Amino acid sequence: MKKALLVVWLMTLSMAVAAPRATAQGGAVKLNAAGATFPTPIYTKWFDVYHTAHPNIEINYQSIGSGGGIRQLQSGTVDFGASDGPMSDEQLAQSKFKILHFPTVLGAVVPTYNIAGITGELNFTQKALAGIYLGTITKWNDPEIAKANPGVNLPAADIVVVHRSDGSGTSYIWTDFLSKVSDDWKTKVGKANTSVNWPVGLGGKGNEGVTGLVKQTPNAIGYIELIYAVQNSIPYGKVQNAAGKFVKADLASVTAAAAADAKNIPDDFRVSITNAPGPTVYPISSFTWLLIPAQIQDAAKRDAIKDFLKWMVTDGQKFNEGLTYAQLPKEVIARETKAISLIQ
Amino acid sequence: MSAAATTLAHEVPPQAGPRAFLHRLRQGDQIAHLLTLTFAAVILLLTSMLVYELWINSHLSRTQFGWAFFWTKVWDPNFDNFGAAPFIYGTLVTSAVALLLAVPLGLASAIFLSELAPRKVSDSISFLIDLLAAVPSVIYGLLGIFIVVPLMRTTLGPLLINTVGNVPYIGVLFRGPNYGVGFLTAGIVLAIMVVPFIISVSREVLLTVPREQREAAMALGATRWESTWQVVVPWARTGIMGSVFLALARALGETMAVTMVIGNAAAIKASLLAPGDTIASTIANQFTEATGDLYLSSLIELGLVLFLITFILNGLARILIVATERGGGRPA
Repeated sequence: MKKALLVVWLMTLSMAVAAPRATAQGGAVKLNAAGATFPTPIYTKWFDVYHTAHPNIEINYQSIGSGGGIRQLQSGTVDFGASDGPMSDEQLAQSKFKILHFPTVLGAVVPTYNIAGITGELNFTQKALAGIYLGTITKWNDPEIAKANPGVNLPAADIVVVHRSDGSGTSYIWTDFLSKVSDDWKTKVGKANTSVNWPVGLGGKGNEGVTGLVKQTPNAIGYIELIYAVQNSIPYGKVQNAAGKFVKADLASVTAAAAADAKNIPDDFRVSITNAPGPTVYPISSFTWLLIPAQIQDAAKRDAIKDFLKWMVTDGQKFNEGLTYAQLPKEVIARETKAISLIQ
Repeated sequence: MSAAATTLAHEVPPQAGPRAFLHRLRQGDQIAHLLTLTFAAVILLLTSMLVYELWINSHLSRTQFGWAFFWTKVWDPNFDNFGAAPFIYGTLVTSAVALLLAVPLGLASAIFLSELAPRKVSDSISFLIDLLAAVPSVIYGLLGIFIVVPLMRTTLGPLLINTVGNVPYIGVLFRGPNYGVGFLTAGIVLAIMVVPFIISVSREVLLTVPREQREAAMALGATRWESTWQVVVPWARTGIMGSVFLALARALGETMAVTMVIGNAAAIKASLLAPGDTIASTIANQFTEATGDLYLSSLIELGLVLFLITFILNGLARILIVATERGGGRPA
């Protein structure tokens, strides 16, 4: 018994001693990152592929949520962070060092619903979605919904509204859209946020929680990530964009949202692309960002991060569509490449 | 160790043997005393550190909202206005529902298992019950989502609304829209989760009641049921109450299963069929994405409030136990 314990103890000890030595070979760089959960699949893929190509660089990513990513970056416990919503001016002012935003991939949020007898795609006007989530539109046969869906026999049933119960980037994008298209939403519920004080409805935890509630509850409506909907073949509706067209979310219409206003994207990339102009644009789209310190003291880490970012906006983008993330438009990539060279 | 002790015992003069042995034994006592004291102190230290951390980190929220935090009904991260009232309400209501359902069920099962069932049946059933107590809560949450929620929405909910809902006074508890998720559903799932604790502990306690107690009652002409209900159960009262408070503690702090079936709405509604939220579930849901300092601080203060509720209820439990002991039953 004692011998066995001793062996275990020695093994742990030797591993503890051996581990740092292994990484020290050939100027290995170990980077720690933390943040958003929404882009985790593509980030994991990227960091893995990049590590295979550059065996001396290892990136460890913890998907603890955008809020946690921002806090850990500010306190210096990680080398870079990731967030589904851009940091606010207030958060940037609180940080002891300058933080840069780099868009990585695009995502979208789609409305899903469960109404007996309706299998086709419903059209949602901007007013309809805002009204439903504000609790001012309460029946499925409300004129605001009916007029966008001619020929569909909508029931006179009460709408059961489902939202996320956990703080999430998905809610951020959804409320960002609602606060842009509805003044009532802006004054009553407020700006985009990962959690808000929902005027109506039930909360489900995660995309799977919302989907579960919508599937189970007759006459329910909820919102989920496009990726989740596609991967699980969950039907979802079309949403009216700024040009008045009803557009179904897919990789093309989401990239179009980012390309639509690419020239007007500010130099710090902190931009919301919900309700972007253009007839082919899906209006509930968003970037997700990596948060990188503007100045990195450790030269090896700085070079590794810069090299990874360059790879990410070029070769890395090829992996996006396999995981149903929309690619960054060319204009954005060109501007990002310029910004990467400014990291010191 | 023992080999060394025997050689040592042989080396010292024979007449000093027993005394040296006693001395060594006393030394062992001291070591054991010190060791156990250290562990006990660690528990104390852990608890006080926990309270300290919660207190320090909730500073921002405490200074901003003061006592109003307890009765403010709004939880609005966008306008930085936070109050714990809906979550305190949800925590207390779901736990109360859970105990109301679980205590009679658990106690009845425990009495059956300890007093009436053949020993073999009793032992194998208790083994299964102990297994139930070890099932992770997310499994109970899934059970809730796939069985209790649909049952509630299609059968139980409408039934309650159409029958009890029409009764004056208590009818208000069973009215309004019925989504399947809500306080009652969460209470039912919690009841299923805590009932194994009540059965398992109560059965053990009932089994420790001396045989003579039962025999004496029978000798006085009591039926089996009379001896059980009037002698055995009162004798075991303290232990049974202990099991109930253990169950309450689990119900108060349960996170995963509750958040899956309660509907997660920060609202205080009279109807048990309405969606609500609890303290533990809110913290688990919102902690990772809480970006603002005040927001985070308020979530930590929620933790402090839950600690306070647990502390008060445990205190009340102690008082209740002391009071009932004085009132008879098991001799002190």
